[in-house]
Amino acid sequence: MSDALDLEDVVAGYGRGDVLRGLSLHVPAGEITCLVGPNGSGKSTVLRVVSGLITPTRGRVRHIDVEISGLSPRKILERGVAHIPQDRGLFPAMSVWDNVLMGAYISSDRTAVAERIEELAERFPIIRERRRAYAGSLSGGEQKIVEIARSLMLDPSVLCFDEPSIGLEPRARRRVFDLLTELNASGRTILLVEQNARSGLEIAHHGAVLDRGVVQLAASGSELLSDRDIGRLYLGAAD
Amino acid sequence: MSALLSVQVASKSFGGIRALDGCSFDVQEGSVTGLIGPNGSGKTTAFNVITGYERADSGRVVLRGRPVTRPDPCRMYRLGLARTFQQSRILPGLTALENIVVARSQPWYRLFAQRAPAGETQRAFELLAEFNLVDYANRPAGVLSYGQRKLLEFAAVLMDQPSLVLLDEPTAGINPVMKEAMEAHVRSRNEKGVTFLIVEHEMQFVMRLCDQIVVLDRGRPIACDTPEAVQDDPRVLDAYLGD
Repeated sequence: MSDALDLEDVVAGYGRGDVLRGLSLHVPAGEITCLVGPNGSGKSTVLRVVSGLITPTRGRVRHIDVEISGLSPRKILERGVAHIPQDRGLFPAMSVWDNVLMGAYISSDRTAVAERIEELAERFPIIRERRRAYAGSLSGGEQKIVEIARSLMLDPSVLCFDEPSIGLEPRARRRVFDLLTELNASGRTILLVEQNARSGLEIAHHGAVLDRGVVQLAASGSELLSDRDIGRLYLGAAD
Repeated sequence: MSALLSVQVASKSFGGIRALDGCSFDVQEGSVTGLIGPNGSGKTTAFNVITGYERADSGRVVLRGRPVTRPDPCRMYRLGLARTFQQSRILPGLTALENIVVARSQPWYRLFAQRAPAGETQRAFELLAEFNLVDYANRPAGVLSYGQRKLLEFAAVLMDQPSLVLLDEPTAGINPVMKEAMEAHVRSRNEKGVTFLIVEHEMQFVMRLCDQIVVLDRGRPIACDTPEAVQDDPRVLDAYLGD
């Protein structure tokens, strides 16, 4: 299996102080990889490095076989790598429809954009049902679905999710996890950061434990779930 | 037990949306009370009304049997109510240590103090150590990640001696191991007499910790009972827990 993303010895951070300290990670194509680890271990920073929001000071990031570290976020998005950040990222005072359209902001092909949003509205009926509603008036779960739909406007092959279930009620949470599984079943590669580590690892093929800016352990999702030490150190007591 | 806090027929609308709709519930003194419900059911608005961040259109908040006229955040804090936010509100330019030390309520003249008493600094350090933040003690809190900010905010409410602590989704974005540390803290504070009101979607956390649970749906309670009873209540399953 080839890698969709390949990070090699990456060092990156914000201002003074590095968050990632020589991190290497393989994200196999067409599968779900879940990052777990303590708060501040660098999980979100990995996603920001992949999507080009932060440029590493050392090391390389490759998408398939092309080096993407140093490319602008726009160029990386054009290559089919999308990043869905933590928390609610819709524009609350814009309509649902316009929010989804913003997902194709970098595209100048109007016909294709118009067709694509119709396709997505078929798959996610809420886009049509609430098209004129302010995005801010939707419930948290609905906003997350619209946000994910927006990220699909350019039909990316790699999706990086930062805690998609945060702040969601239990049912909305399950809906989001089901959606991730479905997106993966249609062939997309998913890189997932999730504090609900058990739920995240359950749907993941691969897991990586981050601590202090490096990958301490990479294994299959089920191996990490059943590893007692990992459980004690990172996953908490089983419920 | 008597009610430490009562919300009485509170209503609050934003434009056409009724976030609270004649909402009434009590928080018993010495309890850990959970406030749960679907996204958009009014939980955060209830918090804002109780703590004076938002004025209710009608209804009132009663604390220790006395109605609070014109609640505002500062006044409520002085009356012993501390809260955290869903999106942590830390002071990004201050260090992590300073963030905790300033949470201590103190007389106005202390505003001019150059340094905190050694005992307080020590206590703040202990809290930082416990939540794995000690490396950040002298770095600006702005460099902390989302989850670390939530931990810092939680540590800050433990610094003072409030009688009622309101936590808005304390475990969102928090590593499971830290969740257990939070849970232990809530329990030990509660044993010392601090009352808690907690908004949270993590059901196992809520069910383990709370004595009483208020379930909101569309701006008003649909159930108010023990965790066991609430879990089996068909209205709650229908509105929130079930599939």
